[in-house]
Amino acid sequence: MSSPASTPGGRKRGRNTNPSTRKFICFSVSLLSKNPESRRGGWSPLRLDMSSPLMYGTPSSRVEGTPRSGVRGTPARQRPDLGSVRKAPQVDLHSDPPRADGASDSNTGQRLVIWGTDVNVGTCKEKFQRFLQRFTDPTSTEDENAGLDLNEPLYMQKLEEISVVGDPVMNVNCLHVQSFDAELYRQLVSYPQEVIPTFDMAVNELFFERFPDSILEYQIQVRPYNALKTKNMRNLNPEDIDQLITISGMVIRTSQLIPEMQEAFFQCQVCAYSTRVEVDRGRIAEPAVCRNCNTTHSLALVHNRSAFSDKQMVKIQESPEDMPAGQTPHTTIVYAHNDLVDKVQPGDRVNITGIYRAVPMRVNPLQSNVKSVYKTHIDAIHFRKTDQKRLHGLDEEAEQRLFTEDRVTTLKELAAKPDVYERLSSALAPSIYEHEDIKKGILLQLFGGTRKDFSQTGRGHFRAEVNILLCGDPGTSKSQLLQYVYNLVPRGQYTSGKGSSAVGLTAYVMKDPETRQLVLQTGALVLSDNGICCIDEFDKMSDNTRSVLHEVMEQQTLSIAKAGIICQLNARTAVLAAANPVESQWNPKKTTIENIQLPHTLLSRFDLIFLMLDPQDEAYDRRLAHHLVSLYYQSEEQMEEEFLDMAVLKDYIAYARTYISPRLSEEASQALIEAYVDMRKIGSGRGMVSAYPRQLESLIRLAEAHAKVRFSEKVETIDVEEAKRLHREALKQSATDPRTGFVDISILTTGMSATARKRKEEVAQALKKLIQAKGKTPAMKYQQLLDDLRGQSETAITKELFDEALRALADEDYLTVTGKTVRLLA
Amino acid sequence: MPSTPDWINEPLAVVQGLFASSQNGPSSEWEAKAVEFFKDRLKEKDAHTWVPSLNDVPLHYLKPNSLVKFRCLIQDMFDPEFYMGVYETADPATKTKELRCGKYRDVTECGVRQQVDYNSRNTVTAERQTFYCVPIPGENAWVKDSYAGSSQARVVPSTSYAPSRQKRSYEEDDEGDDMDTQPQKQREPHSGQYQHGNGDCKRLETEAPSSQVGSASHLDLNFPLPGEKGPSCLVKVYEDWDSFKLNDTLEVYGILSVSPALSALADEKDASSSFLDPSESMETAEEQRVHSPPASLVPRLHMLYAKMLRHNNPLLPSVPLEDNSACKEELLSSTLRDMPSVRTELLSFFTHVLLGDALAAEYLILHLISTVYSRRDVLPLGKFTLNLSGCPTAASFTERLYRIIQQLVPSSFYLGMSLQNMNRMRLVPKKDYVANRLVSGVLQLASNTSLFLDETQLEPGQLDPTGVSNVTALGNLISWQKVDYDFNYHQMEFSCSINVLIASEGRSLLPSDCQVHLQSQVPPPHMEDYMSSIPLTAQLNKLRLYLSVARLLDYSISDEVTKSVEDDFVDMRKDDPQSVSADDLHRMLVVARLLSLSLGQTSLSRDSWHRAKHMEELRRSRVEQHKSVNGNEP
Repeated sequence: MSSPASTPGGRKRGRNTNPSTRKFICFSVSLLSKNPESRRGGWSPLRLDMSSPLMYGTPSSRVEGTPRSGVRGTPARQRPDLGSVRKAPQVDLHSDPPRADGASDSNTGQRLVIWGTDVNVGTCKEKFQRFLQRFTDPTSTEDENAGLDLNEPLYMQKLEEISVVGDPVMNVNCLHVQSFDAELYRQLVSYPQEVIPTFDMAVNELFFERFPDSILEYQIQVRPYNALKTKNMRNLNPEDIDQLITISGMVIRTSQLIPEMQEAFFQCQVCAYSTRVEVDRGRIAEPAVCRNCNTTHSLALVHNRSAFSDKQMVKIQESPEDMPAGQTPHTTIVYAHNDLVDKVQPGDRVNITGIYRAVPMRVNPLQSNVKSVYKTHIDAIHFRKTDQKRLHGLDEEAEQRLFTEDRVTTLKELAAKPDVYERLSSALAPSIYEHEDIKKGILLQLFGGTRKDFSQTGRGHFRAEVNILLCGDPGTSKSQLLQYVYNLVPRGQYTSGKGSSAVGLTAYVMKDPETRQLVLQTGALVLSDNGICCIDEFDKMSDNTRSVLHEVMEQQTLSIAKAGIICQLNARTAVLAAANPVESQWNPKKTTIENIQLPHTLLSRFDLIFLMLDPQDEAYDRRLAHHLVSLYYQSEEQMEEEFLDMAVLKDYIAYARTYISPRLSEEASQALIEAYVDMRKIGSGRGMVSAYPRQLESLIRLAEAHAKVRFSEKVETIDVEEAKRLHREALKQSATDPRTGFVDISILTTGMSATARKRKEEVAQALKKLIQAKGKTPAMKYQQLLDDLRGQSETAITKELFDEALRALADEDYLTVTGKTVRLLA
Repeated sequence: MPSTPDWINEPLAVVQGLFASSQNGPSSEWEAKAVEFFKDRLKEKDAHTWVPSLNDVPLHYLKPNSLVKFRCLIQDMFDPEFYMGVYETADPATKTKELRCGKYRDVTECGVRQQVDYNSRNTVTAERQTFYCVPIPGENAWVKDSYAGSSQARVVPSTSYAPSRQKRSYEEDDEGDDMDTQPQKQREPHSGQYQHGNGDCKRLETEAPSSQVGSASHLDLNFPLPGEKGPSCLVKVYEDWDSFKLNDTLEVYGILSVSPALSALADEKDASSSFLDPSESMETAEEQRVHSPPASLVPRLHMLYAKMLRHNNPLLPSVPLEDNSACKEELLSSTLRDMPSVRTELLSFFTHVLLGDALAAEYLILHLISTVYSRRDVLPLGKFTLNLSGCPTAASFTERLYRIIQQLVPSSFYLGMSLQNMNRMRLVPKKDYVANRLVSGVLQLASNTSLFLDETQLEPGQLDPTGVSNVTALGNLISWQKVDYDFNYHQMEFSCSINVLIASEGRSLLPSDCQVHLQSQVPPPHMEDYMSSIPLTAQLNKLRLYLSVARLLDYSISDEVTKSVEDDFVDMRKDDPQSVSADDLHRMLVVARLLSLSLGQTSLSRDSWHRAKHMEELRRSRVEQHKSVNGNEP
C-alpha cells in the first residue's frame, strides 16, 4: 500500500487548496451583509471552501495541551461526520475594512462570526444552553421520552440520563429547537458543521457544570434529527449541499468497515523526531523537512501510531411510497462514522439526518481536462429506523402522513357534506358497476373501527379491523375489486389462495445467504399489518393454510415457532377475501356454507359476507350495459370529473385512520343493545338463534367505521342504523336459509340452518324406525337401506342426508357403518 | 443536397456563443434560448433527416461533439448528478481567467496550461439526470432499414476513425439503395486507404461489428431481449426529467460525447491509487463498469431535445414536429379512405396465412391494432390478447406465422414457451443492487410491441420456481397489462401495453381475452407450399401503414348506438342469462371498437356492432366444439 502521505505534487496543485483562502475574506464579509437565504440560489465551491470543516480548539479536536477546566480532561472524540478537523479563523466583522452594515446589528463590542457564516459562537452557545435548560414539551408523544417528566425541561433530564447511563450521545429534535428559537434552527440547518460543534461545546460545559463528578468515555456529542427539511430523495438539489437534511429511505447495501485515517504519525528516520499531521480534506500533507534535524524527506509514516476512525458506506434507496409511477427509485450514498457504523442493515427503513456533500471528482494530474461531475453523499449524523417497532407496539409516528393545511381543509369540507358516505363509496372502484352495499362495506373496512386496548385490565386487544368475504359467481369482478383495494391502501397485500402456502401467508425462517444467520421472513399477513390483506380464490386455499387465518382474524396476532425462533407477531390486518362457489355457479337452493364449502369457524370471523350474484333482471342489465359502454368511449378527463380522485380518497382514509377515533355515545350504545336484542329475538320465536356476541362486536366496529367516515369523534345513532342496515343486507344475502327464506345466523356459526338440523333429526328418526321395523337383522346393505328409506319417505332424501342420518345414529351408539354394510349395535 | 450546417457539426459552439453573449448582456435565459434554437432548426423542412442517427451509423463514423439523434427506449434511470454548470479556468502563468459553460459536456475544457479553478466563486453547480437507453427492443429489420434509408445525413468520418464499413445490419440484401443515400465522400477515403487486399478489407468490414458485439457482451449492455444488437447510450437530461418514464420510447437529439477521458477515469481505478479519497471507495467495480462504461462502447448523449415516439413506424410521419401537420393530415385522410380496401387485402392475406380460416384472420387483424388506450382504476381498457388455439405443430407453422407478423409490425418478439425457456429466461426485470442497475428482462418492452408466445413448444415436465414466477408474470401481463419489477425488497408495478398473441394447440394455460380455434382448410401435407408466399415490399408497406394508423385513430360511440347496444344486451340476457355475462359484453365492446377502427370508422355504427356480435357468436360456437381438448378449461 502506498503511503497516503505521498500526495503527488501535481494533484495538490490541482486541488489548489490554500493560497486562495486568504483572498476571500473580504468577500465573505460582504456576503454576510446579504440575507443568507438569498445566497441559496446557486451553490459554488466557494461555500464549500468557506464553510468547510471548522473547529475551534475545543471541544472535539484532540486534547493536546491542558484540558478545559469544565470538561475535566474527558477526551473529545473526533467527529468525522462533520468533516475533518481544521482550524479556521473567526472573523471580526468590525475590524475588517469593508464594513458590513446589515449583519453586525446592534451588539455591543466585538462580534465574532465564524468565517463564511453568520454564526457567532458565543451567542449560539448561549442560546443552545438556554434551550437545553428551558425547553419543555408537555405534549410529547415520542417513545424516547417515555418515563421522563414532560413538564420539566426535557433535555436536562436527558443529561441526567447520560450521567447515569454513561452514553455520551445527546439526540436533539430539530423541531424542538425550531419552536424554541427559529433563528438558532436556521443556523443549525444552514451551517451544521459550524453550529453542531458549538452545540457540543455548550452541552459539555453544561453537563460538567451539573455533574462535575461523572466520568464519560468521551465528551458528549449532539446529534440533531428530524430537521424540518425532511426531504424526499428526489427533491435534493444543489441548494442543499452542506446543509442539514433529513431524508427517508430504505437501506439496500452496507459496505464493510473502512478505517479512515484521521491523524498521521510521522517519524524521522534520522533523529527519530516524531510529528503528527491531521487530515485536511481527505489529504495528509507529508512534512518534507524534519523540524528537529533539518534533514529533507526523512519522515516516514508509522501506521500503528496513526489515528483511524471507522467509516461505513451505506446505500439507501427511496421508499416505494415516495415514488412517482413509472420511474425507478433513486439511491444515495451515506457515510456512517464511528458508532453509527453497523447501526442499520439492508432492508431497514430509516430516516437519516446528515449533511449533504458534493465532492469534485478526483483530479488526474496528467490531464488538464477533467470530468465535470461531482460525487454526492450524505455524512450521517443520526439514524432513525422507522420500522423498528413493527414487532411490538404501534408505530404511530411512522403512520402519520403529513397533510398540508389546504388538504386538511378540503378533506374537512368533504366530510361536512351530508352525502359523504355515498360519495366515497361510489368513488371506490368506479369501473365496477353497482354493488353499492358491497362497496359501502369495503369502505367501512378501509376505515376500520376504533382500536381499543384493554390489555392493562387483562382483557387484551379487541379487534378493530373489519373482515369481509365476497363470494359469488365467477366473472362478477371480485378480483377487480380486490385489485383496486390493494392498490388503494398503503399497506395492502394481494395473494391468491391457489398460489399461497401457510408459510407464504405467515412467516418463515430462512438462512441469509450472506451472513448465514437465521432470519425471519414475513409473509403477506404480517406485511399487511395495519393494512388490508386481499386474498383471492379463498376457496382454493388448502385447509392447512386456512387454519392459520383463525388466529389472525380474531386475535390479530401470529404465533411462530420455527427453527428456534418463537415469537408472536402482530398481524392487525383486515382480510378481504373472495371465493367462488364450489359448483362454479352459485346454487340458490343451497346455503352459503354449502356453496363455498368453507369451515364455519372461519366464516363466523367475517363481519360481512357478501354475495356477488348476477342479479339477472332487465333494469340492472340495462344500467350495466350503459355503464360498460360508457367506459369504452369516454375520455379519461371525463371520467376524472365524475368521480372523486383516488388520491383524495387515499388521503381521506389516511386522515380518518390517523386522527379520528370515535367513541360510543350513550344513545348509540342503547341503539346497539336494542339492535342486538332484536336480532336475537327474530330467531328465538322459531327456536333459532340469529345472533351471537361476535355479531354485536361486528356491529360496533361497523358503527365506529361509519362515524370515522363522517370525521365524527362520536358514534351516534345514525352510525348504528347504517351498521345495522349493512349487516342485515349482508346477512340477508349470505345467511338466508334457502328452505325457509329466513335469516338464520346459525348457518354461519354451525354450518347448518336450524331447519336443516331439524330435518336431519327427522330423517334419523325415520331411519331408526325403519331399521327397527326390519326386526332382528344385525347387518344390512347400505344401498338397500337407502332405497328402502327413499321408498318410505315422502320427501326426497339425498345421499348426503342419509349419510348424516347414519352418522347421527352412529353417534347414539345405535349402529356402526363399515364399508357398505350397516351393523346394529347392542 | 445542402452541406451539413454548422449547428449539426458544432452544436457546442452555438451553445458557447449563446452563453458568452448572455454573460455580457442582462438576459439570463440563454439556456432556454439554446434549446429553442435547436428546436427551431429541427423544425425546418427535412432538417431532422440531416442529423445522423446512432441507430444506423456506427459510432466511429460520427464526429465527437456533433449533433446526433438516437431512437431508443429508456431502460434504466440512474441517480441525478451534479456538475459544473459554469466554471472558470485560470492560467497560472498569465493570471487570466475565463468563464466557461459546462452544460452539454462531460469533461471540462481548458486551454493549454490552463486549469479549472475549483474555488472560483463564479462556479455554478447544476443538476442533470442520466438515463440508460437502448435501441427499441424487438425493432424489426424493415423498420431499421427504412429509417436508415430516409436519412440524408452526411457522415464525414473523423480523421481517426477505424475503418470498418458497416452501417447497419450487414446481412441485409438491399445494400443497393442505401448506397445512394450515403454520400460519396465517405466511400472515397475509405477505398483509398485500403487499396491493399480488397478481400481482406471486405472481411474486415463484416467482422468488425461482430467483434464489437463480442466485446460488448462481456460488458453486458443490458438489452431486454436476447440477441439484440446496436449501441446503448447514456443520455444526460438537463430539464424536465420527471416527465420521462421508464420504457418510454424517444427520439433524442443531442450532442454526442465520446471523450476518452471518460473511460480513462474509469480505468484508472486500481486498488492502491487512492485509499483516502472518499469518492473512490463508494462504488464497487461492478457499479463503475455499469455507470461509467468506456465511451467507445456506450457513448454519452447530451440531450437538447427529445421527442416522444407514439409509434416507431417509419412509414408514418412522426407527430411532434408541428409544421408538417398539414401533410400528415393529408396522409391520414388518404389512408383513411384506403383503409377498407387495404383491410380486404390484409384479410385475404391473413386468411391465406391462417390456412384459409377467415374468422381467425379477422381476429388477428383486430389483435394487431389493439392497444391499451386508457386505464380505469386498475382495469386496462382496449387490450385484446388473442389465443390462437388449434395451431398445427407440423411444418413449423408458428414460426412462419411469426415471420409474417414480423414483416408487418414495427417491433415484435418471439418467445418459444419451451420448458427450458420458461425455467431459464429472465422475463421480469430485476434490480441489481451491487451494480446499482435494473437488469433487464424480456418483458421490458416498449408500448405496442407484439409478443408472440409459442405454446406449441411446451412439453410436459416440471416448472421450477423461476418457471412458475415467469408464467405468473406472463399471466399478470395479459390480465392487467402490468409487470411487477423485482426490486428485491419490494416489487414495483410498471404499466405497459404489449400485444400478446398466444399460439397453442389446445386452450392456452395463460389467460386471454379471446380464444379462436383455428380451422384449417388446407390438408397438412400441402401446408409448406401454401405458406411460402409473401407479398411484395410495396404491398407490405401499405399493410404496415394500415396497421399503425388504425391503432392511432380516435374512437367514440354515439348516444343512439349506446342505446341500441344496451337494448341488445338486455335482449340477449333475457333469452339466456347464463350465456352472456358482463365479461362478454366487455369483450364484444372491444371487438366492436377494433372492428370499427379496422374499417377506418372512428365511431361505432350499428352495422359494425352487429358484425362484431356475429363474429363473437361464430367464435363461441367454435370454441364450444373444441371444449375439453385439454385440462385448462375452467
